[in-house]
Amino acid sequence: MAESAVPNGELALRRWVAGTGQSGLRVALFLVAPSVLVLALGPFLPDWLRIVPQEWSAPFVGWINAAVEILRREEIFGLFTFRDLTRAIANLIDYPLDFVEAILVAGFSESVPGLPWIAVTGLAIVLGWYLQGRQLGVIAGICFAYMAIFGKWELSMVTLSVVLVAAPIAGAIGVALGIAAYKRRWFETVLWPILNVMQALPHFSYMIPVAIFIGIGHKAGTIATIIFAFPVMARLTLLGLKGVSPEVREAGTMAGCTKRQMLWKVELPAARPTLMVGVNQVIMLCLAMVVLASFVGAKGLGHDLLNRLRSLWIGQALEIGVVIVFMAIILDRLSQAWARKEPEHMREGPFHVRHPFLTAGAAVVVVSYVMAAFVPALQLWPKSLSITTAPLWDALIDDIIVYAFDYLELIKDTLLVHVLIPMRDLYLMLPWSALLVFAVTLGWYYGGWQVAGIQALFALYLAFAGFWERTLITAYMVSFAVIVCVIIGSIVGIWAAAGPRRTKVVELILDTFQTFPSFIYLIPAIMLFSVNDFAAIMAIVIYATIPTTRLTIFGLRMVPHDIVEAAITSGCTPRQVLWKVRMPLAFPAIMLGINQTIMYALFMVVIAAFIGTTDLGQEIFRSKADNNAGKSLVVGLCIAFMGLMADQLINAWARERKKLLGLE
Amino acid sequence: MDAKIACRRVWKLYGRDPEGFLAAHGGDPSDGAIVADGYIPAVRHASLEVFPGEILVIMGLSGSGKSTLVRCLSRLIEPTAGEVLFDGQDLLKVPARELIEIRRHKMGMVFQHFALLPHRTVLQNVAFPLEVQGVDRATREQRALEIIELVGLKGRDRYYPRELSGGQQQRVGIARSLAVEPDVWFLDEPFSALDPLIRREMQDEFLRLQTMLRKTIAFITHDFDEAIRLADRIAIMNEGRIVQIGTPEELVTRPADDYVANFTRDVAREKLLTIASVMQAPAVGQPVSDGTVRQTDKVADVARQIVGSELPLRVADDSDRIVGVVSRARVLDMLFSREPDSGG
Ligand SMILES: Nc1ncnc2c1ncn2[C@@H]1O[C@H](COP(=O)(O)OP(=O)(O)OP(=O)(O)O)[C@@H](O)[C@H]1O
Ligand SMILES: [Mg+2]
Repeated sequence: MAESAVPNGELALRRWVAGTGQSGLRVALFLVAPSVLVLALGPFLPDWLRIVPQEWSAPFVGWINAAVEILRREEIFGLFTFRDLTRAIANLIDYPLDFVEAILVAGFSESVPGLPWIAVTGLAIVLGWYLQGRQLGVIAGICFAYMAIFGKWELSMVTLSVVLVAAPIAGAIGVALGIAAYKRRWFETVLWPILNVMQALPHFSYMIPVAIFIGIGHKAGTIATIIFAFPVMARLTLLGLKGVSPEVREAGTMAGCTKRQMLWKVELPAARPTLMVGVNQVIMLCLAMVVLASFVGAKGLGHDLLNRLRSLWIGQALEIGVVIVFMAIILDRLSQAWARKEPEHMREGPFHVRHPFLTAGAAVVVVSYVMAAFVPALQLWPKSLSITTAPLWDALIDDIIVYAFDYLELIKDTLLVHVLIPMRDLYLMLPWSALLVFAVTLGWYYGGWQVAGIQALFALYLAFAGFWERTLITAYMVSFAVIVCVIIGSIVGIWAAAGPRRTKVVELILDTFQTFPSFIYLIPAIMLFSVNDFAAIMAIVIYATIPTTRLTIFGLRMVPHDIVEAAITSGCTPRQVLWKVRMPLAFPAIMLGINQTIMYALFMVVIAAFIGTTDLGQEIFRSKADNNAGKSLVVGLCIAFMGLMADQLINAWARERKKLLGLE
Repeated sequence: MDAKIACRRVWKLYGRDPEGFLAAHGGDPSDGAIVADGYIPAVRHASLEVFPGEILVIMGLSGSGKSTLVRCLSRLIEPTAGEVLFDGQDLLKVPARELIEIRRHKMGMVFQHFALLPHRTVLQNVAFPLEVQGVDRATREQRALEIIELVGLKGRDRYYPRELSGGQQQRVGIARSLAVEPDVWFLDEPFSALDPLIRREMQDEFLRLQTMLRKTIAFITHDFDEAIRLADRIAIMNEGRIVQIGTPEELVTRPADDYVANFTRDVAREKLLTIASVMQAPAVGQPVSDGTVRQTDKVADVARQIVGSELPLRVADDSDRIVGVVSRARVLDMLFSREPDSGG
């Protein structure tokens, strides 16, 4: 099908490349040869083909800053500036924010306190029980009680209140955009690429513009969180609506629905499963972002974690990290349970029989208020009774350092001297023209001219944005990390896919780890290797191994059973079954995992810049320091486009491969 | 009698510019031209009529255009050319607002995969068409409960579709399509997704409902046994064309072409053919037994009686007049030789 659309000459070329026999080698040669050529010619190339001279670089930064300046200064309709507008909108967010915070912890006044901690904990138990069962109720109770008893209650509730405000707003924006895109073709065409770029932009790129137009502070953090989280909802809303079965839609038409009835009564409810996936993701992204948004002044757990890390109080940082992890686990579990919850028919009887959980929730609130009025420790766990584990952690870390320091240093130094630094130097030699040639050949081969064109645009942007060296350093860190991730991920994946029990255990661990906000992963890296490039790569590796592992397991387990049986009856040893049958068939899935690993790594590289690296992440950090919105956006786009280039190529490849294997 | 719903010369082509293509070929392009220009002919030049109270079954292999044709009849799909008459009114010229009204009051449809709304209870699903019309809650729930009882789901009204078996879910689909008391009822392979035993039960249920309700029905199936059980008339489709329309008996005894004959070949004729098709004219003075059968009886139902009798039996018409005789030999011939038999 696809081939018939290709002109003859091109088809012939493609056939020739694919050839017969050892085609893999030939394809690889064809794809790599041009860029090797350019690389080899590197030293002889004129300078401008290696690095775009500064004076040629497109002054993107200047343009954006000029635009920002206009938005700040110039008055629209001569009435107010754009910045006034954004600040006014931002002020609106204060109302729900203050309100939720007052309910959860701060209280409305002296006489009307917020919910006692036992009330919140009790409500969490009731909610967990209602959504899934007793077990989830118990887990929810433990998590919340932990926050109180370990003295992190107020911080936790501030963070929770941001999530509770930001998630619904981000969700609503996303749903609205998704619906609009579903209704109007042209809007979808415009929105989709924007969503792609937004989802590939690292967290920090959102923060600086927000800081400029709204200022530093708690509400700026909230708004950055909302902006960060809504694209995923928009995307999933659109996908969900498109996925509604045509029959269900026809049933709606035959019932005589108007367009509006169709949307609200048929299509949106029928898309619920997809929408609920979106809800879960929005909540988790909000949590991840609100922790990071401490950089622009959001209060709560992230803020304290940031301060502790800055002063290298690792024990205390770990303690906060654990609370964040608990928060992540419980939010994820609850929202997933909500997503899975199927409606069940109601029992008949009086109110408390029909709505047992509503009744229980109300009872919890009333009883807790009454109890807390008599026992203040139930309102807010007293500081004097709080348990702290920080000294314990510190001691543990000291032990590790004492016993393992030499080994850790040895590993670090060996890697740095023999692998990382040579690799970095190698990358720095890469001319931009080689990247361009490479990207275009690959793009053309796997996706045709359209993909090649987009690849060329991305590559040219990277070359002309004026941050080429930083881009290369980022690429080096990311590619090293990705290689390590892929090795670890595929080994663990292969091991885990060998039996259902292993799969279950490993997937549970992965699921849990995946919910943690990325910021958390800095803690162990800093703990072991202090602050440097190597620690940054460590953090990336820990975080970005997850998708490769997950998709390796998925790919291997998805291999049709009869094919495996056929291989066994043909006399394959288990090893042959793995390498000759299951791995090749799982390969497209594994590649998609690697794709995600690259994305994760690019995100983490920016966060890791906090530890002090010299890549693009560091540039974003610096631009934050001097409020340079243009630079933060241009650099953010560099990172996003690197990710999107890899994403597009891998997807095009996987699509072709799957078609060949008949997996779709 | 005027047709309740009819279509004339309906075309449905998929492709780049179907209207233009059809116009360029004078409204009747050849197969070659359609293939050459890359169009997919889902329905070609289809005309049929369904009379009030009749069950018309539309049959054909997968991809022969059954669903498309029925969706043209309800205008879920806009035909490329032709006209669709609903109570004599051209449905294709009706404005959108009025079309919604027609669907709200005069049409009902049952779907192959039930198409129930998963987030609504049985009661809410059945009441759904009334809800979108703006019928108040008490009235619509009252009405929905009546229909739920009618389809045999009493007591399940608070369940969600997920909590029901396939057969029960389709009962809900049927109830929903009947909620507005439509005149015309479309069913697109309503029982295909059910296993054979349940299917049979649902067919009985369907016939029971139809004897009570007397709807005008277009029913799609690709199962000829089902068609024979239910149909007043059958329309057979092949590659978008209607190749033959007739009673089951006509299709079996006089298939228009091999395609139709292929469908009918394995049919148990004795269950389909009536005594009228095997009886002979009474000869004067011929000895006959005391027993009588009716000419409208199916052969299968009275075969035992005929075969068990030495002498031929008399055949009576609806007004009890003797119109012929039927002998053991004739029935045995029909049962075992399977030759086409043109009757007495
Ligand atoms: N939206 C569409 N675009 C292109 N072709 C279509 C479309 N809808 C249907 N067709 C084609 O029209 C032909 C008739 O389809 P239709 O669904 O009416 O068949 P059917 O007889 O109902 O088959 P089945 O028994 O499988 O339901 C098929 O060849 C199908 O591929
Ligand atoms: Mg069909």
